[in-house]
Amino acid sequence: MVGLATVFGAGGGTSSYAEVETANVIIMWGSNAREAHPIFFHHVLKAINNGAQLFTIDPRRTTTAAFGEHLQLHVGTDIALAYAIGREIIVNELDNAAFINSATTGFAEYREAAMEWTLEKASAETGVDASLISDLAHAYAGADRAQLCWTLGITEHHNAVDNVVSLINLALLTGHVGRHGSGLSPLRGQNNVQGGGDMGAIPNRFVGFQDILDPEIRAKFETAYGRDIMPEYGWHLTQMFEAMDRGDLRAAYVIGENPAQSEADVAHTRHLLTNLDHLVVQDIFLTKTAELADVVLPAAAAWCESAGTVTNSERRVQRVRKAVDSPGEARDDMWIILEMARLMGAEWNYGGWPHDRSAPVEIVAEAVWDELRPLSPMHHGMSYERIANEGGLQWPCPSDTELGPTFLHGRLWATNADERGRPAPFSVVQHELPVDECTSEYPIRLTTGRRLDSYNTGVQSASFASPLRFGETIDVHPADAAALGVVAGDMARVSSRRGAVEAPVRLDEGLRPGLAFMTFHFPEQVDVNLITIEAADPRSGTSEFKATAVRIEKVLVSV
Amino acid sequence: MSEFNISIDGMDVAMESGQTILAGCSSQGIDTPTLCYGDTLTPKNACRVCMVELEGSRVLVPACSRKAEPGMVIHTESDRVNQSRKMVLELLGSSVDMSQTDHFEEWCDRYDAHPERLISPDAHTRVYEDPKLDNDLYGRDYSKCILCYKCVDACGEQWQNTFAISVAGRGFKSRISVEFDAPMTDSACVYCGNCVAVCPTGALTPMTEYHMRKVGTFAPERQTETTTVCPYCGVGCNLTLHVQDNEIFKVTSPSDHSVTHGNLCIKGRFGFSHVSINRRGNLPVD
Amino acid sequence: MSDLRFRNEVATPHEVAAIDAALPADARGRRDLLLPALHAANDLMGWVSPGALNHICRSLNVAPADAYAVATFYDLLSVDELPPVVAMRCVDLACRIVAVPAVAPEGMHVIESPCLGLCERAPAIAIRSAGEVPSLMLVAEPEVPVQIRGPLSARIGVLDPASLDAYRTSGGFETLATARVNGPAWISDQVDTAGLMGRGGAAFPTARKWRAVLGQTVSQHYVVANADESEPGTFKDRIVMEGDPFSVIEAVALACLAAGADHAFIYLRGEYAVANERLQNAIDSSTSAGLLGELRIEIRRGAGAYICGEETAIFNSIEGFRGEPRSKPPFPVEVGLFGKPTAVNNIETLVAALAICRGDGVSTKLFCLSGHVARPGMYEVPVGTTLGEIITMSGAEHSDVQAVLMGGSAGAFATPAEFATPLTAEGMRSINATLGSGVVMVLDHSVNMADFAGRIAEFFQHESCGQCVPCRVGTVRQVELLSVGDRALLKEVDQVMTDSSICGLGQTAASAIRSAIAKGLL
Repeated sequence: MVGLATVFGAGGGTSSYAEVETANVIIMWGSNAREAHPIFFHHVLKAINNGAQLFTIDPRRTTTAAFGEHLQLHVGTDIALAYAIGREIIVNELDNAAFINSATTGFAEYREAAMEWTLEKASAETGVDASLISDLAHAYAGADRAQLCWTLGITEHHNAVDNVVSLINLALLTGHVGRHGSGLSPLRGQNNVQGGGDMGAIPNRFVGFQDILDPEIRAKFETAYGRDIMPEYGWHLTQMFEAMDRGDLRAAYVIGENPAQSEADVAHTRHLLTNLDHLVVQDIFLTKTAELADVVLPAAAAWCESAGTVTNSERRVQRVRKAVDSPGEARDDMWIILEMARLMGAEWNYGGWPHDRSAPVEIVAEAVWDELRPLSPMHHGMSYERIANEGGLQWPCPSDTELGPTFLHGRLWATNADERGRPAPFSVVQHELPVDECTSEYPIRLTTGRRLDSYNTGVQSASFASPLRFGETIDVHPADAAALGVVAGDMARVSSRRGAVEAPVRLDEGLRPGLAFMTFHFPEQVDVNLITIEAADPRSGTSEFKATAVRIEKVLVSV
Repeated sequence: MSEFNISIDGMDVAMESGQTILAGCSSQGIDTPTLCYGDTLTPKNACRVCMVELEGSRVLVPACSRKAEPGMVIHTESDRVNQSRKMVLELLGSSVDMSQTDHFEEWCDRYDAHPERLISPDAHTRVYEDPKLDNDLYGRDYSKCILCYKCVDACGEQWQNTFAISVAGRGFKSRISVEFDAPMTDSACVYCGNCVAVCPTGALTPMTEYHMRKVGTFAPERQTETTTVCPYCGVGCNLTLHVQDNEIFKVTSPSDHSVTHGNLCIKGRFGFSHVSINRRGNLPVD
Repeated sequence: MSDLRFRNEVATPHEVAAIDAALPADARGRRDLLLPALHAANDLMGWVSPGALNHICRSLNVAPADAYAVATFYDLLSVDELPPVVAMRCVDLACRIVAVPAVAPEGMHVIESPCLGLCERAPAIAIRSAGEVPSLMLVAEPEVPVQIRGPLSARIGVLDPASLDAYRTSGGFETLATARVNGPAWISDQVDTAGLMGRGGAAFPTARKWRAVLGQTVSQHYVVANADESEPGTFKDRIVMEGDPFSVIEAVALACLAAGADHAFIYLRGEYAVANERLQNAIDSSTSAGLLGELRIEIRRGAGAYICGEETAIFNSIEGFRGEPRSKPPFPVEVGLFGKPTAVNNIETLVAALAICRGDGVSTKLFCLSGHVARPGMYEVPVGTTLGEIITMSGAEHSDVQAVLMGGSAGAFATPAEFATPLTAEGMRSINATLGSGVVMVLDHSVNMADFAGRIAEFFQHESCGQCVPCRVGTVRQVELLSVGDRALLKEVDQVMTDSSICGLGQTAASAIRSAIAKGLL
């Protein structure tokens, strides 16, 4: 989100799912959408069945990769690959010079930086055949409509934002942004990653991506809220943990997050949480994080016991509705917050809450929403009724009556410079290998990811009886297994510089020798995040889950 | 897109090229029975319950898939049409269990169909098979299957592209099947349940619903349907939660929604049990 | 490309070798090679093992469920283990009414088969042996010569069917050369003027079909020669293909010229092993001699499914799908094989067109005489010959005849009172019968008509593809209601099959029975 916001001013995917169906070329970069975003992949399949070409860039040959060409790069070499693609486009004069001239800045510097990444050099660095790199470059640049999609394979790195802008460079180079069918589509891992940011649940923005440091905007919100607002950015998650480490942050209120299992280098995280003066956890389960808490607030499940909106990866704001009553003493998140505010002396009233707990949650949620709409121009036209009638509404939606285009940044194609607005800058970034270096002691690169039937730490997905589930494994290439003297089913110890876990071995020919894979879905069985590294991108705060250096050894089971 | 008129039951109906006769009927408020037609799938026109009479055609034509052409003269209530619909309903009702098929009884009344005319244990063959309950998520009862092909099409190229099932065998012995009639758990199935979603006869049902029906607790009058958004991943699939007695027992997705077109993945369709009160017993209470 | 999941069963090295030998190097993604690959496995072992199916699926990138669905559609393919040698005993009409039924060799596994297309040699059994060199041996009456000859059958039994030289010496390929000079329009004009109608049963004007295909703007066109002769009582195409294969190839080439196609398929009935061998030889030697130019002609073997003779089911079968008919419109001339404009022509139609362009006119037609006649076999007689005349020619006493089945199972009955009717489309229409595929099956008074009609009903039940409800369930109900004698309900079931089935199979599944009732034979 940071990358897109930096280049274009808005942190959202630039296209819509329906547009993906019309694309001629689709690149899935660091994304196993077939398993992690299956219904998005349905739209990709429509395009493929209409004749579109799919390129998948992934260290693993995933089920997504099976649907087209596969660029099997080494973990953490995305920037090198992106440069090589860019160079191939430039030297073959396939770039969109008119678009570059009118709608971008910094091309000369980008071009210079890209020139060192010849096909040969990039092939050596990334492990991808030069011919495949060239094929992708030609196909992408030559397509009428092309989509560049990415997921956590790009963003779960210490240089996540650099990775993202290196992909955006390719769209600027070819003009594959701001047009119907051409765009940049980051796929969000959780159902409201987009909405959370849009709603201002990030340290530097108000709702609608409005900068906290902008005095005019701050004044608008101060007036609306009747409060002074500090003109400074807050901390993102990684910065909070750093602050805990320093002792600057001594109390935390955690809502619907399970950092005691989901954070990288989780032993360290647990140590920090345990050492807090005060920890409040609000969740639908007694999670591992909740077990560490001083106070646990049982909450309603947001997706079916509450009401409100979430925003998806195509910027579609959709209604969440209450279908069942929450069990026991579990309370709605909104009520808990309102009640807490009331106890602190703030007499807030939204649709009757917190005083009248029997007031319908839909009314409360709508009252909250209607407070926001006048303050956020991109949400202005989205009444609850209209969202319901239209099957969700995509931002920006400034008008009460009209719908805008389904894609963003069409302004970049305007002939009039004023309409075009701020040009989109190319970014010059450096290729850097992952922080956790592979050495003779830790020779194997471990990467993590999701499986089709499971979700994150399994808090929600572990309880249904999936016939596909077989628990945590350490997946290795058969050649590595042979070298290590293990066969499928053997227990293996996986050690990193931070810790060790044990898991049964599974063979996967879709890996390459030297690359291993684990999920993080079964922390009760195997606490994979004990070994991952918390090296995080300073701007996005995302840890480098995708690249851990490990050693794998057979566990000798004594009889 | 050209526009033209056709005649349906004596009414002039404006059509656009590419529209089906069924669309023309619907625009006039003519209720046409359909089973193999689904709004998200290309109709297989295999069930033949929607047949109408087209002047100049030797045989009746399927409204669901026959495209309108300028000047067509259609009859939907002629004796020939009514007799055909009646017999198709009787053939269906005599060969499989239609008790969980929406509208079937109503259509039988409308067309004076009496499937029992063709049901007699010694004289008439019925499809009977023990339900296949080989996984914990959905059951298959082919005694209810009318071979409309919707499940096959949903699993195949039209949506899921998994190709786990097809129609095996020939004629009356045809069955929806995985290779070598293996259990689902030994197939390519990824349990998206998009086949279950399009099944018109209840041959495919979520196991939760299957058990409720089996033990007799299934009570439509105590059920609600609420549409919300899936908690897994950021695609934003709309989920319609089917709830009875404050428990979710089935999840579907609106077929007219631009994100899903009625489709879901295993998590969205079946991953709802964590909110059940039984699973949250470890919540502290005050 | 896709993320198909294959099974773990492994094919034997023999199976792998046999399947691989049947597939070109670039077979991946070629769904249309599924049926040939299944044949290869089945020919070797007598059945398609899970390992063989798995190897085929991996080679072609076809989902196992889809391949299994196709394999289970066809009678000649088995997914259950069978002995390598099986006897297919014809239980259909002509073989059913003989005095002494055929007996399979003792101890041999017997499969009851629908009509084997050997009605003039009834009763018939085909012994199928699997192995490295699969074979099909017949237990039947001796081969009979063409009983009455004409322009379409002049070479049969006279010329060596394996010799291109003999064919050329007799004037072969001269017509094609002339047609190449005169062009497609000339061919269709000749055929149109002669008034040639399709002779597979549907009687559609042949020239109109070719012109329609030729006129399509899409560049790729196909011709499909429909040699899936499976209508009970029909065997004329087999005799033509076995006896005069070069004419068939020249005729296919002529049709391709007329339709603007550079690729043709001959969809050949799976049991026609001799025809397969001779046609392939004719294709190979004609191609080597440069007589076909750029034209590709491929034989595709059917695998035991009557429905695949339907003009759109044949496309699905060639493309590697289940042989289920498609909805029309769109018609094959617009959207046919592989979605391209396609002309589907029956073998007799093709050789008749060749005869027309050769200047022999179209004054004759082929008939298949079988049943209670002294001289069963193929009769090429002038158009307008009466039913009584042809029966006289066949050596049957009119007074011995109870009824004549015209046009096969999908046809209708004629009675001796109707023997003065000429064998023309109009003539047959006047007695509510049909020429169909030229079947004239004579039934004497010994035939139990209820049993005979019952077999016709069973045939359709067996051959219904199962796609649409009226046919899938209706053909079952027809058998049942016929046996319990509920005429009123039978009539209602027959009507819905006729009115509402997808294709001609269901639409005509009640024809013969309705006719038998109407003419007082039942």
